[in-house]
Amino acid sequence: MPNLVEIRDLHFAYGKRSILSGLDMDFPRGKVVAVMGGSGSGKTTVLRLIGGQIRPQKGQVSVDGQIVHKLKTDDLYLLRRKMGMLFQHGALFTDLTVYENVAFPLREHTDLPEELIRDLVLMKLHAVGLRNAAKLKPAEISGGMARRVALARSIALDPQLIMYDEPFAGLDPISMGVTANLIRNLNDALGSTTVLVSHDVKESFHIADYVYFLSQGKIVAHGTPAEMQVSTDPYVKQFVHAEADGPVPFHYPGKSLAADLGLGERA
Amino acid sequence: MIGNWLERLGAWVRDYVESIGYGTRTFFTMLGVSPGLLRRPRLIVEQLHFIGNHSLLVISLSGLFVGMVLGLQGYYTLTKYGSEQAVGLLVALGLTRELGPVITALLFAGRAGTSLTAEIGLMKAGEQLSAMEMMAVNPIQRVLAPRFWAGVLAVPVLASIFTAVGIFGGYIVAVKLIGIDEGAFWSQMQGGVDVWKDVFNGFIKSVVFGIAITFIALYQGYEARPTPEDVAGATTRTVVISSLMIWWLDFMLTALMFSK
Repeated sequence: MPNLVEIRDLHFAYGKRSILSGLDMDFPRGKVVAVMGGSGSGKTTVLRLIGGQIRPQKGQVSVDGQIVHKLKTDDLYLLRRKMGMLFQHGALFTDLTVYENVAFPLREHTDLPEELIRDLVLMKLHAVGLRNAAKLKPAEISGGMARRVALARSIALDPQLIMYDEPFAGLDPISMGVTANLIRNLNDALGSTTVLVSHDVKESFHIADYVYFLSQGKIVAHGTPAEMQVSTDPYVKQFVHAEADGPVPFHYPGKSLAADLGLGERA
Repeated sequence: MIGNWLERLGAWVRDYVESIGYGTRTFFTMLGVSPGLLRRPRLIVEQLHFIGNHSLLVISLSGLFVGMVLGLQGYYTLTKYGSEQAVGLLVALGLTRELGPVITALLFAGRAGTSLTAEIGLMKAGEQLSAMEMMAVNPIQRVLAPRFWAGVLAVPVLASIFTAVGIFGGYIVAVKLIGIDEGAFWSQMQGGVDVWKDVFNGFIKSVVFGIAITFIALYQGYEARPTPEDVAGATTRTVVISSLMIWWLDFMLTALMFSK
């Protein structure tokens, strides 16, 4: 099967509020696929559906041939061992050191001797450039470093699928470049598949093989970064070139300013 | 008007029943995954140290003062009937049957229960529980269950310490300060306290309180919405619900244990 993850006719809503409607997406093995869109477009929801943290109302997500929402809890947990996920703010365990955070999945899922765990953890930390920060607590490192530790933790078990939720948000330009290169290099070195959720155009286009654009829960465009760069689709154009005016309105929908100020009535 | 009122009442009842059902399911899920902890008792020991050892000072000091007050009040009352020799018995019965388990439970809810709720709530707010789930680690087994069993073990031990220190406090006041005969103090206690009826029943009470408080604290944290105000609200709810639950359970258990 060429695609590690396949999404078909996916619908999801929180109560009556529709978040995703009719998504079809493919995530080929070994590729970095970016899912882009503005805030509230449903990008993170896609990740949560792939990870089986929420269930769709209609349609399906399959990972490595298994339909995620039909799995029993034990089988879902087995499938998640093939996944790694980087949360937006790292989600490091604050009571553990950097070393213990990375060792956590190894200790939970393997019976490896402590010496081997130590070597593996140090190798993972070396890969993200933080081997010498192993003894520090999460409170003692910067946001960018925390993101890299979380990245080391998410690849501790060499997952087939790595998911990133806004890995570039809030990072300085240097950390952003470092993180982007890490994502690409780790994907190629581990032979894994990457789902990258982001709204950072420059870094995502730099490392992605394919891009999906989401708006209001629907795919509005998809293609290679080069194709998206020259797209004439109004939404993609506004997003890629950071234009203030376009299909995405500046003001939250609702009554007009004139109506709110009662100007119509006075006139 | 009446329609809206009925709608709100219906929604409240439905939410209440749903939360009870969800809490019950979480409780039994936690019990179901607990045997897995036998392979890693270290997780329980760590929590036992964190919630038990850190509560030791406040429990011991409170026990000492409660015992001293009980000795003093007991002496004032018993003197009226010429029975001041029985002050040791009064202190021991009061502590083993009621005050030891109940006050320990209330202190534990305030000291360790709030700490557990805040810890779990903040873990949730920081997406640590979600991260655990995505690492194929069940947070109910890894986070909730060790803390639960540590609480269930800690409360009876702390209640025993509270009672022992309380009796010592009563001894200091009655024997050392007031001057009641030491032999009478201990012999009245020895003769009047029944190991099974008084000490064991007090122990059972503290186990039940430990189960109730620890689960309430964990559940409030686990179910809190990941916002600062909701975590703060959950911490308050832990104290309020635990305290009311302790009094209600105490009444029920006392009625069951000591009825003729």
